[in-house]
Formats: sequence, structure tokens, C-alpha cells
Amino acid sequence: MTDTRPTLAVWKFASCDGCQLSLLDCEDELLAITSAVRIVHFTEMSRTHVEGPYDVSLVEGSITTEADAERIREVRRSSRRLITIGACATAGGIQALRNFAEDGAYASTVYAHPEFVSSLDTSTPISGHVAVDLELQGCPIDRRQLLEVITAELVGRRPVIPGHTVCQQCKGHGTVCLLVANGTACLGPVTRAGCGALCPSIGRGCFGCFGPSEGANPEALAGRLLSEGMAPVDASRLFATFYVGNPVFGNQATTLAASSETGSTEQEEEST
Amino acid sequence: MDVGDGAVIDRGGLDALIAGLRSTGFRTMGPVARNGAIVLGEVARSGGLPLGWRDRQEPGRYRLEQNQGPELFHWAVGPASWKSEFFSPEEVLWRTPTSDGHVTLAEPDEPARPIAIIGARPCEVTALGVLDRVLMGGKVPDNRYAARRADAFLLVVECGTPAGTCFCTSMGTGPSAGTGYDLALTELVEVEHRFYAQVGSATGAEVLAGVPHRPVTTDDRSARQAVLARAEAQMGHSLDTEGLPGLLARNLEHPRWQEVAERCLSCGNCTLVCPTCFCSDIKDVSDIAGAVERQRRWASCFDLEHSYLHGGPVRPTTASRYRQWLTHKLSTWWDQFGESGCVGCGRCIAWCPVGIDLTEEAAAIRATDGAVAAGEGRIS
Repeated sequence: MTDTRPTLAVWKFASCDGCQLSLLDCEDELLAITSAVRIVHFTEMSRTHVEGPYDVSLVEGSITTEADAERIREVRRSSRRLITIGACATAGGIQALRNFAEDGAYASTVYAHPEFVSSLDTSTPISGHVAVDLELQGCPIDRRQLLEVITAELVGRRPVIPGHTVCQQCKGHGTVCLLVANGTACLGPVTRAGCGALCPSIGRGCFGCFGPSEGANPEALAGRLLSEGMAPVDASRLFATFYVGNPVFGNQATTLAASSETGSTEQEEEST
Repeated sequence: MDVGDGAVIDRGGLDALIAGLRSTGFRTMGPVARNGAIVLGEVARSGGLPLGWRDRQEPGRYRLEQNQGPELFHWAVGPASWKSEFFSPEEVLWRTPTSDGHVTLAEPDEPARPIAIIGARPCEVTALGVLDRVLMGGKVPDNRYAARRADAFLLVVECGTPAGTCFCTSMGTGPSAGTGYDLALTELVEVEHRFYAQVGSATGAEVLAGVPHRPVTTDDRSARQAVLARAEAQMGHSLDTEGLPGLLARNLEHPRWQEVAERCLSCGNCTLVCPTCFCSDIKDVSDIAGAVERQRRWASCFDLEHSYLHGGPVRPTTASRYRQWLTHKLSTWWDQFGESGCVGCGRCIAWCPVGIDLTEEAAAIRATDGAVAAGEGRIS
């Protein structure tokens, strides 16, 4: 009997593998997933490799080398649907910090012999290189959202993936706002929901792991953080993490860093 | 005892009242001090209420303080409103069981025990009335909400210590209790710690009659009046409601909308803490095995998706979304439901992470009534 299951391939670029491992984290649903799709390329799971074309490709990681810039075009050519997963694939990841540094500054800090490293000066999202059908955010992505995306793909509906803020999940759970009730630095008001508002539920401000929410206003939040006494350099670092490659956070980080160097900022003046 | 009658109970009486409600099958819920705020939780005895806690609220800022006093109700409303007990932030409306290949619909069971609220504030009781007219007043009432409301017991506690963000006097919703409750208490601490109780329903009369109480004296009456008068005098905010619906309706292109949008995070907190915001989003979601659920979640007019129609959101800018929120609360709610959508609880002011104050925004528009943003400043 012919196998009519759609094929699924999982690809890795510059990344830590955490997002693709979310697929294996779907422990209770793994049998249902493998009943519904035929996984034909997924090196975290199996050495099996089946040539394309593929019905759905999940792509993790950013583009940081010439070779990968070429490889993603090949993946795109062989995929009917291409879905990027995680901060690296959708925004360039933490490694996009290099985009803001002098050429090779990070490589020479990290590697004993940076001359052996052959990479681009930038870390860029997959969408900067090929057309992407859907982007799933998160560092790492949420496995329930991944399951929702795969399920929606299989039946041909839009996945239910909110673009609103982490605040909405906090309020839904009854988590008291850390920023308002404690002055805790929190990126929740500008960060996309999806993690279930995990950090605030244990008393830690949001790190912004899911990137900017739709319509985010990081400048207004930065003003509030500074008025709570946060130093501009610290506020800058808050925005310069997993989603620094997304201009909404990246530009805010740059603005705050610049104001930190000049000592006085417009935002400081506004907030005092 | 009849509706309108009064009596005085002490803290022991309050404990007996809570115990009585529990023994007749109620889940007793009330304000509790937890994680730095007054939130909602199960209250099995009066000692579980926020004994000795006092809140300090201002735009974008909330702090709890212990003052060691005997008061149980020495605070104003916290971030959570009783809306969430009747209109859940997230619930499954029905699901299709997967078994036999046939589509059947199954509704989740309701909690077996109805809720008794111990210590709602007058503005919150008004807010529930506003929600009732939205969710039960139309041609297709929300059955689940209606059932939860019908079974609920409502004990309101009049306000003695409003917060810096409160403006119920402007909205006519407090600090004294209006209607819509089973029992109203006023906490009195001068001379002796006691509660002035008023009966609001037959159930309330029955409950009060069942606990130790004594008749009301002139001193009790004047003590209650003093508490309410002090509360009115301490009201932190005010909103000029004179002609307000019309004022906002004729200022839809006012430059203030653009100005507030620069400060607004568009995070949706104001709508989520609002005790009358009723928007929800309904999605049918399938799982990998093919079972389908209809899910309902609170939605916010600050979400882009909220106004998504064919081709895109019709309120793409923060200015248009803030305008939608404020004008609906204070203006078009009147057109739609014949009353104000705002009860003056001040939650949206305190819990806005950047402290945007709707009373200030409305006042700013009133101060420059008729101003129109020019050219590209116009709001789309």
C-alpha cells in the first residue's frame, strides 16, 4: 500500500538544536504525529535521509555562512511549505549580536584561532534569503505551538498563534504584574505571548524570548524602565538578547546603548 | 428580616456567615493578599481576608503595605476583578469526542458548587450588572455566564479607603453599595471592630438571620456615614462626565489620540483588568488526532487580530486602538447599552505599565475640545 502521509523534513542552520528538539518533546503526541506525517529528514531523530521534494520543511537556525546561504535556497526549492522555527531562524538569534559589533569582534573573543572561522559578518533570518510560509517565534519555540502549527498544516487551516503580549497570558493566569507591583524590569508588555508567561509566574521579569508582539512600543517601555532607575546600558542589554536581530528590539537596544555612551538621553529627560 | 433591613455583626459573625455559606454548598471566594497584591482566592474564614493590609496605588504603580491594623477591608480593588469567575479568561465551549468517527458535541461540566463572593466592592457589583446587560441582555444570552451569575451569592463591602486611582464617586458607583447584592457590609473600627450589615435580597436576609447579630444603633449609623464621607473625600481621581459621550464622539480626530499612542504600549493590560471589558475570541481548534474543540478566550481591542477583517486589521495603529478603547468605555457604550462602560474602579490606571490615565486623557480632550490633527496626524 502506498504511504500517503505528507513528508516532513527538519533542517538545521546556525542554532543550538533546542527548537527542533521541541518536536521530540511532544512525547505524548509523537505516535500521533508519526501516524500523520512521514518524517524523512530529522538528524536529531534518525540518520535516515530521503530525497525531496518535501511537503513541509521545518527550518531552525540563522544564516551565518556562504554555504548555508546556498543550502537554504536548496531547501526552499525542495519544499512545498517552509516554516521557520525559533528566534535564530526568524530573527537571526543571539548570534545576531555580531551584526552590531565591529567585524570579527565576537569571533576573536570566543575562539583561540578566529582565522579558522569562515563565516559571514552577519547572522540573518531565513526570511532574508528565501520566501517563508510561516514563522513560529520563541527561544526556544513552545512545543504546544509547534504541534498546533503541524496540526493546522495537515488540515489546511490557519494555526492559532497569538501575536499579542505576554501580559495577556499573565492576566489570564492571574499572575500579578511584576513591573507595576514590584518595579521589576519585564519585557512582557512588548513581547509576543506563547511561552505561557512562564518567567513572571515565578517572579522573574520577561526576557523577551518570543520576540516583539504585534504593534509593540519598546520606546515607551524603555522610558518606564529608566524611570524605575535602570541604567540605559542595562536596559539596552535587556533588549539585546535572542531577538536583537529583530529591528523592533535591536533598534531600541542601539538607541539605549548610544544614550548610555553620551550619558544623557531624551528618554531620561522625559522620565524625570 | 427583609430587604433594606440592617443589623450589626462582629468578626465572629462574619466567620459564622462564611461557614454557613460553605455548609450550604457555596465555594467562598474573596480578596486575599498574595504575591504583592490583593487578588482573588478561596476564603474559608475571615482570617484569610487581607487582615491589616493597605494598598497604595498611582498610575502604573501598586504596592501593598502591612499596617498591623484590625481591618480586613482597608484596601481598594486589586488587578483581578470578579468578572473572571463568571466569564472565564479561557474556556472550552464544546469538544467533539474522537471515538467512533461520528461528530458529537460535549460541553464541559460546570463546577458543582456555586460561588459566594465575600467582599466585592460596590464598583465591582455595578460592573457585574454592566456585564449582565452585555452577556445576558441580548437575544442570545450567554447561558454559562447566566447560570454562574444566577447561582452566585454576593456580599459587598462598602469602601472606606479608596486608592489614589479610584474615581467611583464620579461614576456614581460608590463608595456606598447600590443594588445587585445579597448582603452589604461596612467595616467599622472605631470603639469596636464590627460590620454594619444591610440586606439586599431574600437570600441575604436568610444568611444574616442565621448568624449572631444585634440591632443597629444611631452610633452605628453615624459611624457608617463617617466612613463613607471619608472615602468620598479621599477619592484619588475624578472624571468630569458632563456631556462626555458627545465630547469624545465629536473629537475622533483630536491630536491627543496620536499623542497618547506614543506612550501606549498596546499591551492590552487596561482591557484585561477592566471589570466590564467583555470581548472574546472564539476559535475552533483541532488536535493532531482529529478531535476538535471550540475555545473562547478573552480578547483585547489592543490586539491587531481583534479588528482583523478580510485583508487586514481595520485598526492598524495604536492611536486607533486606544481611541476605540476609550470611546467605547466612555461614549459608544451609552449608544450600545444605555449606560457607561466605565465604573471608576481605576484598575486601568494603576495596572497600565506606563501609567496612562483615562481620566487625564478625557480631560485633555475636554480642554481642547474641537482640535483636529492635521494632515498625516489623522488617525487610521
